[in-house]
Parts: sequence; structure tokens; C-alpha cells
Amino acid sequence: MDNKFLLRFWQIVLLILLLAGWQTASTFSTKIAFFFGDPAGVAGKLLDWFFIERDIYLHLGVTLIETLLAFAIGTAIGLLVGLWLALNPRAAAIADPFLKAMNAMPRVILAPIFALWFGLGIASKVALAVTLVFFIVFFNVFQGVREVSPTLLANARILGAGRRDLLRHVYLPSAMSWVFSSLHISVGMAFVGAVVGEYLGSARGVGYLILQAEGSFDILTVFAGIVVLTLCALVLDTLVGKAEKHLMRWQPKIGMTEKI
Amino acid sequence: MASDYALSLCDISCTFISRDNPGQRYAAVANTTLNIAPGEFVSVVGPTGCGKTTLLNVGAGLLEPSSGSVTVHGKKLAGINQRAGYMFQADALMPWKSALDNVIVGLLFRGVEQAAARERGIAWLARVGLSGFEDRYPHQLSGGMRKRVAMAQTLILDPDIILMDEPFSALDVQTRQLMENELLDLWSEKKKAVLFITHDLDEAIALSDRVVVLSSGPATHPLGEFPIDLPRPRDVAEIRNQPHFTELHTKIWDVLRDEVLKGYIQHKNVAEE
Repeated sequence: MDNKFLLRFWQIVLLILLLAGWQTASTFSTKIAFFFGDPAGVAGKLLDWFFIERDIYLHLGVTLIETLLAFAIGTAIGLLVGLWLALNPRAAAIADPFLKAMNAMPRVILAPIFALWFGLGIASKVALAVTLVFFIVFFNVFQGVREVSPTLLANARILGAGRRDLLRHVYLPSAMSWVFSSLHISVGMAFVGAVVGEYLGSARGVGYLILQAEGSFDILTVFAGIVVLTLCALVLDTLVGKAEKHLMRWQPKIGMTEKI
Repeated sequence: MASDYALSLCDISCTFISRDNPGQRYAAVANTTLNIAPGEFVSVVGPTGCGKTTLLNVGAGLLEPSSGSVTVHGKKLAGINQRAGYMFQADALMPWKSALDNVIVGLLFRGVEQAAARERGIAWLARVGLSGFEDRYPHQLSGGMRKRVAMAQTLILDPDIILMDEPFSALDVQTRQLMENELLDLWSEKKKAVLFITHDLDEAIALSDRVVVLSSGPATHPLGEFPIDLPRPRDVAEIRNQPHFTELHTKIWDVLRDEVLKGYIQHKNVAEE
């Protein structure tokens, strides 16, 4: 308790020192002020966005909708394809080089193509983020199905499980445990996909705000945008952690195993 | 007649082909015949790595023999043996299901209503001494408790044949004896055919009506059969002190010892190669 309090204390001290140093440096040098902005200015911009002009909500909403859509669609497709290929070794063997190539490809480069195909609206950002999320979920599901212990499978079959029972009671739960353990990464990736997509061409979204500000050397807005994105990512990560804790309560945790 | 037997393994041979090198073959089991009457408790003992589990998997229908036939209550076995229950050596519970859900999963597979299944599951958990542990996940249970859940999971389906693959080998001696006695109690109520695999001769004699000794691998086959005419009901801890138990043990160990040695030397040679 005491220790935790002390830790928090030093973290806050460090934050204040950093902000104070930044503020001081930009007060004494106009160059620094131009290229780095100053914390007070960034705070002012944030205040403006959230409480005075209240024009961030639309953009933030767009970014979040893109993130959630991409996350849901990417996870669904990854789950389906992963299950299908893991249960069909022949199809998996055929698809293997294609999947490897697609995974190796720097997929951010697809953004311009998606912009051409789907326009500058939400769809092109969702598409980009889906390609990022899909592979994380896909590989985890694939692994999860392959990792099911042969004993467990044999046991389920002896107990009378048909193919659908196996899918529902054995393969899916095993795959889901891998998907959940990668949830942090896939939500993060959905967010990255959405923002990068916006940054590369859009009319709305936090990425768009940053791009606009950059074009007019408005460094304060750029930094404010970064702060908003960071906070959002932290909130998403916390929510995912909560969901994971609830859904994965069957899984033993190191040092938490309760023996009776 | 073969149809009198609950489970009849007739002239079974199992040869495995190495996946990397198709020329390399390994004959795990050769020309083995094993019959189990309804209500009979048969143990199979043999040195480690002699293909006992292979034999059990054949009986369960998980593995198709290279040659020979399996008959279940007079019917030729094709696919999974639906009349058998199987207790595995390793943990086979689903870690994502609670104890109760694990116990009733077989009933659900067989189309029993959720509510009825739960009721029976609760009763079975009580029977194996786990009342109040319905909502625990396997990782929250001790090794012995997990075995009890596995036992309830198998027996709730009321199988005619129970196949057991060294189910208690991972338990400590005290827990093990408790479990063995519980198994005998449950078995004596219903008198199912049991095929029990173990490498522990004491356990085999204490539990069974008949002990079959297998040769060391490769090409495992039965070397001898010994009827165990000890009185029932038995207590596995006390029965070891009876003079007749010791006599039987000596007689069977005479046959088993050479095989254990052979198996040991083979494993050593393989390791040195």
C-alpha cells in the first residue's frame, strides 16, 4: 500500500518534471516553441476541443467506430478462416504460401488501394484495419485448434461428441483462449489501422485532424491529437483487460491457482 | 462363443509406420487375443512402453488395428466404441468447463436435456465425494479431485465396458488407494466389464478378477493369464497383507520380471544408439 503510493508519487513527479522542462524550454526558445509546442498550449487546445468548441467528438467518434468495426469484422473473419483451415489440413497446406506472403507484406501500403476501392469514407479505413486484425486472430485461432491435446479430443469422441460438438465444446473454446490472449494486440492494431488510414486520406477522424494541423504547421494540434489517441488506446486496453479477466476465468494464473 | 464377451479383441496386430520414413515400421502389438466377460474386472500389466495403451485404444475404437477384429457384445466394432467409457492416464477434462459441466458433457452429446443432465451430474459429483465443487474449474481442483471428476464423467454415461489407462498413476499412494477402493465400490454396484491397464502389479492384483501379463515390446503379446481368486469385497490396502496375495504376486512377478528386464535393456540400447 505504502509502496504503491510512493510509486504513484514518483510517477507524478516525473511527469511534472517532464512537462515543466518542456514548458521552460519552449518559453526560452522560439525554435523549440515552433517545433515542439508547449504543454500549456496543448492543454488549451484539448480544452478547446472537448469543452469550448466541442468539435473533437465527431472526429473521435468516427475513429472509434472504425476501430470497433475493424476489430469485430477482423476477428470474425479470422475466427472463421482459422477454424476452417485448421480443421482442413489439405486446404491449409494449399493456402500456406499465400497466407505467409500476405502476412509478410507491409499491409499499410494497401491504404491507397483501399482508398481507391472504397473511397475516402469509413469503409477504406475499416478495410485497412481489418487486414491488420485478421492475421493476428487467424494465426492465434489456427494455433489454438492445433494445440488441443489429443487426449482431450479422444476423450470427447469417446463421450459421444460428433463433429459439431467437437467444434462447439472443444475447438472453439480452445481457439477463443488464444484469441483472447491476443485481444490487446488486435484491438491496438485495429486502432492503428483506423488512424493510419485517416492520416493517408480522409475527411473525418482524429488522424485527419492531425494531418490538417501538420499541413498548417499547427504543432499544438498535432500534439493534442497524439494525446487524445494515446488516452483512447489506454482506455480500450483497460476495457479489453476487464473483458479478458471475466471471460478467461477458467484459466489458471501463475501464483493464483487455488488448490483445495 | 465370442458373443458371450463384453469385449473381445481377436488376434490383434498393430504396426505403426514412421511418418518421416515409410520404410521404418514398428510392430507395437502382435497377435493378441483378449476376451473380457460382462461384469469381469481384467487388468493388463506389462513393462513400460509395451503397447498397453495401443491395445486399449483399439478396444475404444480410437485406433484401427492393422489386422484382427474387435467385437463388442457380439457385434463387430466399427468406429468409436459407443458402449465403452475411457479413463485416460493424462488429464482429459476440458479446462474451460466447470466440474459439473465436464461431468454432464457426455450426456449433452447424447442429446439429454440440459436440466435433466445437470440434475444427474450433481448426483454423480456427490457420489464421487465432490458435492459443493460443481462450479470449480479443473485448475482449481487437486489431482485426485480431477480424477474423481473424470470418473464421474465416464460413469455417468453408464457404459457397459470401462477402459482405464493407468488412471491413478499420477496420484500419491494414499489418494491412490482411496480412489481404488472407490472404484471397486462403484464397480461392485453395477458390475461392468473393466479393462484396467497398469504397470503396478500390486494394483492389478488388488483390483482384478484376472491379470494378463504382456511381453515387452516390440510385438507385444500376452504371456500368461492369472485368475485372482481373492475374496470380495476387498480393501486394496488390507488385501496386500493376505498370504494368498503374496503367493499370487510372486507367481506373476516371476513371469513379469524377465519382461521388465528385457524392456529395460531395449530402452537402454535405443537410448545409446
